[in-house]
Amino acid sequence: MTRRGLRDHPLVNLTLARMREFLREPEAVFWVYVFPLILVVALGVAFRNRPVEAVRVVVREGAAAESVAAALNRSPRFQAAVCDESEGRRRLRAGRADVMVAALSGATPRYEYAFDPTRAESVLARNAVDDFLQREAGRRDAVEAADLPLDEPGARYIDFLVPGLLGMGLMGWGLWGVGFAIVYMRIRNLLKRYLATPMKRIHFLGAIILSRLLFTATEVLLVLVFARLFFGVASLGSYLAVALLILLGALEFAGIGLLVASRAQTIETVSGLMNLVMLPMWIASGIFFSTERFPETVQPVLAVLPLNPLIHALRSVMLEGTSLWSLGSDVALVAAWGGVCFLLGLRWFRWN
Amino acid sequence: MRRGDVAIRCVGLRKVYPGKPPVEAVRGVDLEVGEGECFGVLGPNGAGKTTTIEILEGLLEPTSGDVEVLGMRWGQRAGAIREQIGISLQETKFSDKLTVRETLTLFRSFYRTGLRPDEAIARVALEDKADAWIKNLSGGQKQRLAVAAALIGDPALLFLDEPTTGLDPHSRRQLAEIIRECRRHGRTTLLTTHYMEEAERLCDRVAIVDHGRVIALGTPRELIARLGGEHVVEFSVESAEAMREPAESWRRLPSVTGCRFEDGGIRLSVVEPHVVLPALLDWLRQRGWRLASLVTRHASLDDVFVNLTGRPMEKHP
Repeated sequence: MTRRGLRDHPLVNLTLARMREFLREPEAVFWVYVFPLILVVALGVAFRNRPVEAVRVVVREGAAAESVAAALNRSPRFQAAVCDESEGRRRLRAGRADVMVAALSGATPRYEYAFDPTRAESVLARNAVDDFLQREAGRRDAVEAADLPLDEPGARYIDFLVPGLLGMGLMGWGLWGVGFAIVYMRIRNLLKRYLATPMKRIHFLGAIILSRLLFTATEVLLVLVFARLFFGVASLGSYLAVALLILLGALEFAGIGLLVASRAQTIETVSGLMNLVMLPMWIASGIFFSTERFPETVQPVLAVLPLNPLIHALRSVMLEGTSLWSLGSDVALVAAWGGVCFLLGLRWFRWN
Repeated sequence: MRRGDVAIRCVGLRKVYPGKPPVEAVRGVDLEVGEGECFGVLGPNGAGKTTTIEILEGLLEPTSGDVEVLGMRWGQRAGAIREQIGISLQETKFSDKLTVRETLTLFRSFYRTGLRPDEAIARVALEDKADAWIKNLSGGQKQRLAVAAALIGDPALLFLDEPTTGLDPHSRRQLAEIIRECRRHGRTTLLTTHYMEEAERLCDRVAIVDHGRVIALGTPRELIARLGGEHVVEFSVESAEAMREPAESWRRLPSVTGCRFEDGGIRLSVVEPHVVLPALLDWLRQRGWRLASLVTRHASLDDVFVNLTGRPMEKHP
């Protein structure tokens, strides 16, 4: 028997084969590497921190309308125009104005505000206009107040977004990279062909997960470096903790991917299953906005979704510098999801 | 058994696929394949060939029956069996974007011992495609790669499921040559095919299966000899009257052992064509019947199949 080196080991060969296949598929490379970066840029730009735009005010036609509008327009915070009531309402409905103010004359002057109480901008606009007009009319603040605007890194939307996107990436890469790859091999009879050799099953699954981890490492690195260079996004906590969380997250979704693919016989089935798994999490896992916006009653459910503890932990480390030790429950939950799905997937796995 | 030990033995093999109604794919197959033998399992599509071979390969569990491969049982020594067998499935699509050499290197890594990838490539004459992506191979080249992947572990026993189905004649000849070469190296080969003439040329012994049962077993020569005549005379006559003549009258011609009507013609199984032909022509002339066509040929396994089942094997899937 010839001596066999590392280069002859089945795990190495299977991993190499997976990586070659992937890298020779230009479309896959685009979706995996380029797409997340485009997302970072697009969202980073769309939600970049800029001063709140001027409040758009409609002043209803009337005796004092012109003077009120002129007063508002003297402040850079407002953009006021005079028009009749029906036009004003139309603008409010279309979102082209935030609030409509009517100056009513009488024994005592009175302001009347028409606004949409369900729209945050509209409520803020109403208060801002009222505050301004009250001061113009002579009101004095009882207590002095000073503003300290936040704009240092760590407190911006992009800082919030990057850990969310990493979590979303880990979910997508894991499910597609593992789930899709397995089903693709199954429908081509390749799994059955492998089964007919002395190949160890653990080598096969190990190689799929190993190749995925190697790709994930580069993907994550790309997103982090990119976010750092273009948006100055940095982690307050240790990068080692970030790396460990990412490793754990990648394994978690590799396990879920294995479970999803364990019995699926067609590409359509596995695609459907993967969307079924991912769709709720795109919305409810706090990728783009905090899950605290959902009602209190669903919070316990959201908290145990596979992606939520991962993103929560990533954000805690990156935005608040929390140590991994104090994120024990998140880490345990992620590990449990990955472990249970992996074992179930292994148990139900169908080779042909 | 002619040579040495038994490579494959199965007794009472049955496989029922659950369903409504359940499908009995294999209904009691007994086979023994000797070491060094090239054994063919023949039959039409759906006869149970693939199910049988996949049970022997350890890829399917039989519903009942006993299987022994190279003296070992699947339930006990699956790993050891897999080290010593090579398999080409009916349809495997290897990864499109790996090269021939990469694919074989990968498969080689699964075995403790075996050929070098380049040796396997040379065995199937794919040297000039060694660095080509698999998606750029022709059907015949892909099939040769499948055989190379079966050979890479230097197996004692080779399973080839329909290695030539759907290939052009040139590729089929190439594969037949590769299989013959394996036999010369003393490898036991079990192949399935529905090309009867291919089995005749390649196989030491064949089992003809139909509806999940073995309906004939022996060397191609024995099976053909069992027809009673090793030659076939096929002819058709312009007169419709001739077709109404009972088979018995044709059988009375000298040297004729059997008669069958088919497709507007008459087929005679014959021991000596040079004896029957003058007699046949005389007989037709006396009745004033004119020949429309006449062919004489050696009897084939196709004729054996027709004789046993009363229907021809479909030629192409």
